[in-house]
This record gives sequence, structure tokens and C-alpha cells, in this order.
Amino acid sequence: MKRKILSALLCVAMTATMLAGCGGEAKDSTDDKQETTDDTAGDDAATDDAAGDDAAGDDAADDSAGGDQKLTVWCWDPAFNIFSMEEAGKVYQADHPEFSVEVVETPWDDIQTKLTTAATSGDLSTMPDIILMQDNAFQKNVISYPEAFVDLTDSGVDFSQFSEAKTAYSVVEGKNYGVPFDNGAVIAAYRTDVLEQAGMKVDDFTDITWDEYLEKGKTVLEKTGKPLLSCQAGESDVIMMMLQSCGASLFDDDGNPALVGNDALKKVMETYAALKEAGVLVEVNDWDQYISTMTTETVAGTINGCWIMASIKTAEDQSGKWAITNMPKFKDLENATNFSNNGGSSWAITANCQNVDLAKDFLASTFAGSVELYENIISCGALATYLPAGDSDVYAQGDEFFGGDAVSAKIVEFAGKTPSNNTGVYYYEARDAVATAMQNIVGGASVDDELQLAQETIESQMQ
Amino acid sequence: MSQVKEPKKRKMSLERRHNLTGWAFLTPATLMIAVMSFWPMIQAFILSLQTGKANNLSFGDPLANYVRMFRDNVFMTSLGNTFLYLIIQVPIMLVLALILASMLNNKDLRCKGLFRTAIFLPCATSLVSYAIIFRSLFGVDGFINTMLIKFGILNTGYNFLGHATSAKIIIIIALIWRWTGYNMVFYLSGLQNIEYSVYEAAKIDGASPMQTFFKITVPLLKPTILLTAIMSTNGTLQLFDESVNLTKGGPANATITMSHYIYNISFKYVPTFGYAAAMSFLIFILVAILAFVQMKVGDKRD
Repeated sequence: MKRKILSALLCVAMTATMLAGCGGEAKDSTDDKQETTDDTAGDDAATDDAAGDDAAGDDAADDSAGGDQKLTVWCWDPAFNIFSMEEAGKVYQADHPEFSVEVVETPWDDIQTKLTTAATSGDLSTMPDIILMQDNAFQKNVISYPEAFVDLTDSGVDFSQFSEAKTAYSVVEGKNYGVPFDNGAVIAAYRTDVLEQAGMKVDDFTDITWDEYLEKGKTVLEKTGKPLLSCQAGESDVIMMMLQSCGASLFDDDGNPALVGNDALKKVMETYAALKEAGVLVEVNDWDQYISTMTTETVAGTINGCWIMASIKTAEDQSGKWAITNMPKFKDLENATNFSNNGGSSWAITANCQNVDLAKDFLASTFAGSVELYENIISCGALATYLPAGDSDVYAQGDEFFGGDAVSAKIVEFAGKTPSNNTGVYYYEARDAVATAMQNIVGGASVDDELQLAQETIESQMQ
Repeated sequence: MSQVKEPKKRKMSLERRHNLTGWAFLTPATLMIAVMSFWPMIQAFILSLQTGKANNLSFGDPLANYVRMFRDNVFMTSLGNTFLYLIIQVPIMLVLALILASMLNNKDLRCKGLFRTAIFLPCATSLVSYAIIFRSLFGVDGFINTMLIKFGILNTGYNFLGHATSAKIIIIIALIWRWTGYNMVFYLSGLQNIEYSVYEAAKIDGASPMQTFFKITVPLLKPTILLTAIMSTNGTLQLFDESVNLTKGGPANATITMSHYIYNISFKYVPTFGYAAAMSFLIFILVAILAFVQMKVGDKRD
């Protein structure tokens, strides 16, 4: 009987350890993931592991208690924002030798998923000190989870040094939650050699209207067989760029969807459909195919945020054959301009940051205070939204790839003229609904009906 | 009486001891399943009765989420898409798997192992990577289009994933490619349990191959067929990777599945976890109903 009791006890012990073990394992595995993506400080993460198992959330506290001036950052592009963050770390290190920054490469979709999971469960201990956030998602995340972010309004960051349209993305209820980073000013890039075959120059595409763009695009297509523009089917980037260039939004000032009766949007949809029908615009299925339309010379140009230059430049054999100018505008619409914005991101400090003062000071004296930093990172195409950087000599230098044109200065100028728009909290819902409507319109449906349907879809998803 | 009582009591306690041992072995697993599966299910159900965004959830009208999904045109589209995949893909796949299995079960066939491996191999690929490979295969300048142009069937590339009907067909083809081998293995193992002498006897009686297939193979494999049918139904209703990675739900939501939409509602859009949980529960109920129907229809062993 003793043996029976013993075995029963063993069973209970086994169950208990199994359950406890599973809980511990889950945590370990997330830590492991961070470790594997982390190239620089594997040792530190390992010590954090042990601490994390004893008391969740102590990771960062340990760092500061030990006098460790380290900040952990999540961002996604090694050639671009990770590089910039590391450069910023170096700039700050010059004055603060103790300081170090640990960048963990995390794709945006993963940051969003991890943020949602952490904020929903109310346990932010898995978050780093600073994250890079897509401007389009800023309102959504801060309004959904205000407790997950640090208010930066009085942090010493001078927000008047940034363009207003850019800062507006990270302002919620009058409070600043983000330090603006990269520029998403829209550029129109054209292949000068292809245009030449059609008897045209880049100047013919500067300060034009969409009607002229369509006509000239038809000529180019006829003479060279190349469309002027490619984009991803099912994504509404082009539509959103067109819309913002008129200063229009998908939402009104109260945050209600405003698709029906939105003259600018209707005009945008009709123009898009006309471009598609004429063959001046081609749709491809994914991002890689979109990039390859440019690198394999199947299109004669593109219109996108200025960060697209980094991808265009990967085709080194096309150096000197590209030129940059502003995008077409809508002729009849009020407030219409040749300037718009697509993409861009801002730095946010999470509520899990244990050394908020350090993080604030770091951002204020680098991304919001160091022209030197922006000079260092221009090589990777990171164009500043920090206005004083635009006056730097580096920005006035010509770029051989774009025919010796001072593209950086040009883009800073474009950015200053971009009208601001209202992304609203339900931006992604609206984007998808509009993309669906657009595909149906291209397939022959009526614009008014589809906009009505899209509006209903958004309203239903806003419940 | 009293003499009989003694041994009876001891026997009872022996039986009880055996039972207790059995339960002791079962307890850890049962507890784990209860804590890991059933408790989250109950929580998800409670969540599905709540409305609101992000963490601001509240109990309002308990059925609000369940009513809402029938008015949500995107969800209804995704429901329709998922059932289309189910109705077309599952029967084709199972019939194909059955035919392949009975062909590869032939004793005289050479290189059996090679063929079996070749057909099973797709199951070893990850869902995401095969979806991405299919996407590039069917791209405008992908392999399929290049071949069709080379053979003079098409003049310019056809955007397979850009048209509703062709995109749906490609998802179905991808699913068949990925899962036929998986089901075939079940049938092959089921076929091992059928005595070869049964076939020999049938042959002597002059049965044609068709007759042996329909009169012997299919009835004897019925439990396995039932199992694969339920598993495939379950898997198809929860389809996610193909919709996300192959077509991104497009064009115009023509290929979006229920799970993909639930993901969007939870992570891409402003999180509405109550509604997402309610939709998940609908899938759960649908799986349960379909499995029940299949068991009633398929299981006629008294």
C-alpha cells in the first residue's frame, strides 16, 4: 500500500511539474526567439532569462539597477531603420560612454502581433524599451492601448522641428506619443531612356495633372510597350497617395467613415480605373513582383514613398537612367497638390521601459536633435523629417544614380508641401474595404454602389 | 452468505484498485487537456459574449456578436468561400487519394516506395513555403505563364491570382497537391488490414478490378474513409495559410477564409476579440455538426 501511495504522490508531482514546466517553457521559448534574432548581446539575454523566470517583468529593471545604460529597440530593416538606430546609438555614445543600444530585428507584422498580445494580456514585460511604429498604425495602437505608451509631450523633444503633417500621425488627443523618423514623401520616378524613346523628357511629367499623365502614358505604352506605373493588386497604396495629395481622407473630423459623397475619392477611383483600363497601370500580385517590374525594366516608372529609391537602386545597371519629380495632381479638385505621403514610421517608447528618462533623452538628442546623425544615415536613403537636417550640405549633393540630381533636397521640399490627412483609428479597415471596392470597380462595377458597400463594411467593422 | 461475502469484497477492492491505477494514469493527461483545451474554450465562449474594442470589453447584449456576423458581408463572403473549398476540394482529394492508394497497393508494382514517397512528399513542406511557391508559379511572369506562352496557348501572361474564379481554382489545386498524399497514407495503412485472400477469392469468382474496388476495397475501408473525411472537413474549415500567403484573400475578398478574417479582426484591424471569438465558435459548431452528420451517414455498422 505504501508503494501505491508513493506512486500516487509521484503522479501528482509529475502533473504539477508538467503544468509548471509548460508555463515556464512558454516563456523560455519567447525569450529564445529574441535571442536568436539578436546578434549583439546574447549573453545579456541569457542572464535576463534566469531573472525573467523568477519574476516576470524584472528584465529591464535588472538592467537599470545594475547601472546598465542599455535600451532595447525593435525595428525591421537592416539596411535602413536598424542601421539608423545603431548609428544613433553611436552618436549618443560619444557623450554617454556607458550607453548602449540593442536592436532586435522584428518585422512590423510581428511587432503589431506582439504588441496586441502583450497589451491585451496586460503584461507588457515582453516589450522592448523603444519600438518603431508604422505611422498608419499609430492612432489605432495608442487609442486602443493608451497604457502601453509613454507620453512624450514634455520630454524635451522639440516637435516644431518636424513637419506638421508628419507629427500629426503620432499625436493623440493633443499629446505626442512618437518621435518622427523616416520620410514617406511621394516621388514619381521615371526611366529617362524609355521616355526618350517616346520623345519625352522628365520635365514633361513635372507639375502635370492625372489627365495629362494618362495621355502621355498611353503614348509611352504605344511607342515602347511599357506601362508607366505598376502596383500591388489588393493594396490601396496608390489610391491613398492620390487621396492625400488632395488633402482628403477616408474619415471625417469626427472619425466617421466618409466614403459616400466624397468627391475626391470618387475622382481617385475613376482615375485609377481609367489608368488600369488603358494599360498605363499594371497590377501585380505581391511585393517582390512589384519590385521586379522596376528592376527587370517592365515599367517605365513608378510613384511611391521616397523609400522606394532604395529598391530602385538595387538595379545598379540602371544607374543614371532614372529621374525623380513630383506626382501628378487632380485638376478640378480644391486643395489638390502634386505632393503626398506614403508610409513612414515614428519611434515610440513603451510603458515597459524602466529608464524612461534615458530613452527620452536619447531620442531627443539623436533623432530629434542631431543633424550629424541624419548626415550619417543618408547613405541608406533615410531621409529626415527633421527639418534642420534638410539644410545640411549633404542633402544638396547630387546622386549619380538619378542623373546627378540633388534628390534628397528635392524630397525634403516635397515633404514640406504635403497636405496632412486624417488616418483615423480604423485606417486598415478602410484601406481593405477601399481596395476591395477598387477591384470590383476595375471588374466593371459602378463606383457609387461600391463606395456605398465599402462604407457599410467599414461601419460594420467599427462596431 | 458470510463466507461468500469475504472473497467478493476482496474482489471488488481488487477491481477498484485496478480502476484507481487506471485513473491515476489517466489523470495527468485529463488534467492537462482540461486546463490547456477546455478551460480556454470556456474562456473563449465567455469572451464571445462580450463586445467592445481592445481591452474595453463589456457584456452588453449577449448575442450581439453572433447576430453581427450574419450582417457582416465580408464574413459571409468568407463563409461562402470556405464552403466552396470544402464542397469541391474534399471529395476530389479523397477520391484521388483512394485511387492512388489502391494503385500503389498493387503487389506487383515496382518502385512502390519511390511512388509513395513522391506522393507523400508535399506533406513534408511547410504550409507557408508551399503557398509562396504556388504564388510565384502562378504569377504574371511565373513558370506556368511562361510555359503557356512558350507552347503558344497564351499570348501574354494571364493573372491567375488576379481573377476571382482562377484564384479559387488555384487554391483548390494547391490544397489537393498538399493533402492528397497525406490522406493516401491513411488509406494505404487501411488497405494493409484487408486480407489479400479476399481479393484472390474475388478474382477467382471473376470479379473485374472495378467490382473489387467498389465491392471490397471501399466497404472495408469505410472507417478510414470516415476518419479522413472528418479530418479534411475540419482542416478545410480552419484554412488559413493558403488564403494569407497565396492570395492575401484577394482579389476583392474572393478567396478569403473564415480564419483569415478572424485574424484580420484580431490583429490587423482595431482588435475586436469578442467578435473574433464568436466567429471562432461558429467554426467550432460547424465542425461539430459536419462531423456528426458524417458519422451518422458513414457509420452503418449497426
